Amino acid sequence: MKVTVDEEKCCGAGQCVLIAPEVFDQRDDDGIVILLEAEPGEEQHAAVREAAAVCPAAAIELTGRD
Amino acid sequence: MSEQVLHYPIPNEAALEPPAEWAELRGGCPVARVTLPSGDQATLLTRYEDVKKVLADPRFTRLLNAPDAARLSATDDGGLFNSEMAAIIPDGGEGHQHWRRLVGKWFTAKRMTAMRPRMARIADTLVDELVERGAPADLKAGLGFPLPVYVICDMLGVPAADRDRFSYWSDTLLNLTRYGKEEIEAAQAEFFQYMSGHLAAKRAEPGDDLLSELIAAGGPEDGGLEDLQILVTGMALLVAGHETTANMIGKMVAMLLSDRSRWEALLADPSLIRTTVEESLRFDADSGFGLPRYLREETEVSGTYLPKGTTVVCSMAAANRDESVFADADRMDLTRSPNPHLAFGSGAHSCLGQALARTELQVVLEVLLRRLPTLELAVPVEELERVEGLAVGGLRTVPVRW
Repeated sequence: MKVTVDEEKCCGAGQCVLIAPEVFDQRDDDGIVILLEAEPGEEQHAAVREAAAVCPAAAIELTGRD
Repeated sequence: MSEQVLHYPIPNEAALEPPAEWAELRGGCPVARVTLPSGDQATLLTRYEDVKKVLADPRFTRLLNAPDAARLSATDDGGLFNSEMAAIIPDGGEGHQHWRRLVGKWFTAKRMTAMRPRMARIADTLVDELVERGAPADLKAGLGFPLPVYVICDMLGVPAADRDRFSYWSDTLLNLTRYGKEEIEAAQAEFFQYMSGHLAAKRAEPGDDLLSELIAAGGPEDGGLEDLQILVTGMALLVAGHETTANMIGKMVAMLLSDRSRWEALLADPSLIRTTVEESLRFDADSGFGLPRYLREETEVSGTYLPKGTTVVCSMAAANRDESVFADADRMDLTRSPNPHLAFGSGAHSCLGQALARTELQVVLEVLLRRLPTLELAVPVEELERVEGLAVGGLRTVPVRW
């Protein structure tokens, strides 16, 4: 699984950080997403999928087979 | 759709149940003509995909003060959405993004997590007071309302002692039917005056709060906001921090207690708290008016032509019951995941305070499950009553015992 984030679209809702804090963070100065782990381990996949599904700005994209 | 025009908001007898019209509208008339309390016409959207798309589409603006926009309330220009003040925060583009990022940094998930222990302390103290006064108690007045108010007052550096005035001002801005034009204008003027005074005090003696920092960021030339924008931001956050989460706490607890197997499932497995909060937000059949938008150019939604100047009302609550997106949409499933509900809107304008609201709702549940595991409704669910006319829906009282 490969994760990409779109900083322009990001609205700083913070859902991704609440759901998958090991993969996503937010910048302190404006709340915009920081991708901590572009290729997260298997144990993170479910949380990352959930974060991508509920992102209100559709700013998280997942590619790759799993 | 027949010739008959639907009145909106749709009246509903059962406090926790959705009106039957939602399913009919989603199925047969997803782009419906409705008459608002003002008598003006608008277009109601009830399908998930439509609501999600429109809320994220910049052509659907928040400029409800346009001359040909529908008035929501019976008063001429009263109410939150039609107010001149709403136009002071940039509606779109770079201006909005700039504002959003300056203010949004105060509402990050990390900051909210850092505030958790303090929220839990406030909630614990409020529960102590409930217990001391004894059952039955109104959970809304005793916990749901004061907790978010204390938290937002803290963030803005305004004295919680003034909370009765804030809640009156909030109510006049958020209630679409209860107040007359003169009363609303007088309340807004007072609120404006209060916030001006508060900002002057913060300018003289900055604190460790959001408004002090917005002032410290300087004017637009320094990358900050204009004075008037800071003032309106302060008023907007205070109002938003009042009714929304306050009412949601009451509704969430009522939903969980109305079928006590839900409460028991949480007692057995508190790790369900996070998904339960999301499901409560989705399942809330009384989330309020919905979000109005003003269309600046012609377009179409689900094959229906909408002329320029159309006022659209997005019913997130109806969209959140859309069977095409949520399996068993009319069942409250505390394990539902993912739960891409629209309770906080979608796109660039989705709720700025959503991480705050989520955290408060989670903390309230944690504290209640720990402190009052025997909690139950003190009245039959049929006796729960909605507050009428509020832009943000809520129950009048949530009588409980333990």
